[in-house]
Amino acid sequence: MSILTQLFLSFIKVGLFSVGGGYAAIPLIQNQIVDVHKLMTMSEFTDLITIAEMTPGPISINSATFVGTRLNGISGAILCTLGCIIPSFIICLTLAHFYYKYRNFSGVQTVLSALRPAVVALIGSAGLSILLLGLFGSEKITSFSSIRPIETVLFLGCLYLLRKYKLSAIKIIFGSGIVGTIAYFTMNLLII
Amino acid sequence: MKEKKHVLWELFKATFMLSAFTFGGGFVIVSLMKKKFVEELKWLDEDEMLDITAIAQSSPGPIPINASVILGYRMCGIVGSLVAVLGTALPPMIIISLISYFYAQFRSNTVISTALMVMRAGVAAVIFDVVINLAKNVIATKRVLYICLMVVAFMAKVLFSVDAMILILACLGIGIADLIITLTKNEKKERVKEGANI
Repeated sequence: MSILTQLFLSFIKVGLFSVGGGYAAIPLIQNQIVDVHKLMTMSEFTDLITIAEMTPGPISINSATFVGTRLNGISGAILCTLGCIIPSFIICLTLAHFYYKYRNFSGVQTVLSALRPAVVALIGSAGLSILLLGLFGSEKITSFSSIRPIETVLFLGCLYLLRKYKLSAIKIIFGSGIVGTIAYFTMNLLII
Repeated sequence: MKEKKHVLWELFKATFMLSAFTFGGGFVIVSLMKKKFVEELKWLDEDEMLDITAIAQSSPGPIPINASVILGYRMCGIVGSLVAVLGTALPPMIIISLISYFYAQFRSNTVISTALMVMRAGVAAVIFDVVINLAKNVIATKRVLYICLMVVAFMAKVLFSVDAMILILACLGIGIADLIITLTKNEKKERVKEGANI
């Protein structure tokens, strides 16, 4: 079996067994790429995770692209990414089909109604951890004095703009990046 | 036909843009999708988006891809799924392919690392905005059960880092129990009615 076919199969495994998204996939990818196929050293893999955290997009897609590009350029990237998408595609398509077939039954609605508050809570907790990461630089607060002023002002400003003027998410995220970076560099200049 | 093409193009554009700007885990993109597809485009209602999130979270694979498959299917069937997945997968692929060539420069560039760091404040604001709307609606149901479920699930996740999957399964169980209780109650009521008729 060629190495590309093996990798394709490896990423199918990653796609199939990483339930819960993102971080659940990291040990699986590490196992396939570093331990089984020895395509990367552990320190390269750590770099990959750093890049994946800094760039948009799911970690498994990011690493599939990274490993694939290294091995066989763009066609490698496409093949590996396909591998980690195919299981999701088939499973979710089936679930979507049944969901839309049965969602209007009142019994199904009763059961789903109990699920929705939990989903709201999960989104809320994801928001809280990214807020702590943004304002304190870590998800665990050591002391309130380590709060970063620029990020705090940005967060409050963005939230105000979102609530009051209903700006789109992309404008807010992009805008916060530009304003925040300018603020950081001006502050550095002033201090020096 | 023209209408369908238009929807597909909108779907591609929306998923592409959302995926290109989503830093952080799967729930980040879900809140952006809620804002885009429920509030801006008004393609879905809020309950539907929450159901899609639950399904996406409980299925294997990356949450953004899972959510795109279901969302695309809802809009235009299998073709819609393919288009939405393409839109979601392309930005990370393009960005990573580029970065894998310029990794050293990318990592040491202070402007890029600062921008990526401060953007988190914006991302957090977007999620909070979405969560405020969602939580308001849960409270508006005025069912104590749902409000308690939301509060307890949040505490369980934040204070005790209970796995998301376990929380979803637990609430599914509670939902089924709730269904059985309402059904038996209704049955009893009907029996009482029948008894009164005789």
